[in-house]
Amino acid sequence: MECVFGLVGNDFAVVAADTSAVHSILVHKSNEDKIMILDSHKLIAASGESGDRVQFTEYIQKNVALYQFRNGIPLTTAAAANFTRGELATALRKNPYFVNILLAGYDKETGPSLYYIDYIATLHKVDKGAFGYGSYFSLAMMDRHYHSGMTVEEAIDLVDKCIVEIRSRLVVAPPNFVIKIVDKDGAKEYAWRESVKDAAVASA
Amino acid sequence: NCGSALTKMSRRYDSRTTIFSPEGRLYQVEYAMEAIGNAGSAIGILSKDGVVLVGEKKVTSKLLQTSTSTEKMYKIDDHVACAVAGIMSDANILINTARVQAQRYTYAYQEPMPVEQLVQSLCDTKQGYTQFGGLRPFGVSFLFAGWDKNYGFQLYMSDPSGNYSGWKAAAIGANNQAAQSMLKQDYKDEITREEAVQLALKVLSKTMDSTSLTSEKLELAEVFLTPSGNVKYQVCSSDSLSKLLLKFGVTQPAAETS
Repeated sequence: MECVFGLVGNDFAVVAADTSAVHSILVHKSNEDKIMILDSHKLIAASGESGDRVQFTEYIQKNVALYQFRNGIPLTTAAAANFTRGELATALRKNPYFVNILLAGYDKETGPSLYYIDYIATLHKVDKGAFGYGSYFSLAMMDRHYHSGMTVEEAIDLVDKCIVEIRSRLVVAPPNFVIKIVDKDGAKEYAWRESVKDAAVASA
Repeated sequence: NCGSALTKMSRRYDSRTTIFSPEGRLYQVEYAMEAIGNAGSAIGILSKDGVVLVGEKKVTSKLLQTSTSTEKMYKIDDHVACAVAGIMSDANILINTARVQAQRYTYAYQEPMPVEQLVQSLCDTKQGYTQFGGLRPFGVSFLFAGWDKNYGFQLYMSDPSGNYSGWKAAAIGANNQAAQSMLKQDYKDEITREEAVQLALKVLSKTMDSTSLTSEKLELAEVFLTPSGNVKYQVCSSDSLSKLLLKFGVTQPAAETS
């Protein structure tokens, strides 16, 4: 029931992910951040097997950092996406990672970009993408309202429209979402959309 | 000349690459560099619109089939080429290794390998032969010429020890010290590719041992950008080279041999 989606705007890319950590019928927590900051100008929004999700994205994050330490220059978003896909592909026929990824980044030379990478190592460069049951609703909303060169306000409005659809139409919909954005100034958290807050622990 | 400075003591520390001498030297690495000092020279010059590589051919028999193969210059990838000085068979192994490393990078990242990373990777391979495995070092020095989007045109020199550095102009092989000091005097930062070709041919003509310079004794290659923005590696044809030698006035016997 995990929902991850994202889109490319005029000089930024935005990704949103639900924040519930679920095990069978139990919700462990509803503020799990599934969008990792890969480096200063890249985001990885991941969904799937929770152990694999953290293991794989941290592995990619550390390899991206190692590249930068060794070579003094960061990887481009395309290079990072292809590297990520390659790691999924290599593991696929032995010990696959069940992780779906939307990789968003901003490069000075080429601007914002978004890459769709699924667990069987499919790679597509896209303007908008989504994973999970929520994709039925978010892709439909994005197909209807997306146009190239959207401003941040327009894009966040579209993200919110998608979240409303997911909340109202998906059975066992995740209540909370996190939105992160990447532009020329870097990758950062934009906002949370919470309809359920974890109750505060009663003081002793 | 470090060869003549070696004492009888060094005989005990010669035979294995993997040990230091008491003075802290690696004799096998130094002997490898000796071998290159007797090989055909090569010069590389970095200009603002390209990199020029010129090499002296040692094998100049009329019977040699020279239509397709080159002796001094090799293409590693679409955006990187190299000139070699030293043992040719050793060079072939390393060139193949460099080609594989470049393709492996492109396979992983779907982008051309940055030039310095390629040089560093090959030099890491060479370093291995100076530290473990019991195998001798490679008797080759390289001049790498390439272009990438990070640093534009670049020229690197590497030797059997696995050390490398970036240069504006460099020489390897026979008489490389004389060539290097000539380059130091005449090189200017804003040199154009055509001026670099002229300088390279002039320096090579002065440092080569042969009495006259013809296009059969030389190879000339350039790495530059086409108008459409693609990197091009071009080996000069024998005819064009002869014309250039005439144009720059370097075909007559050298006035002074070094």
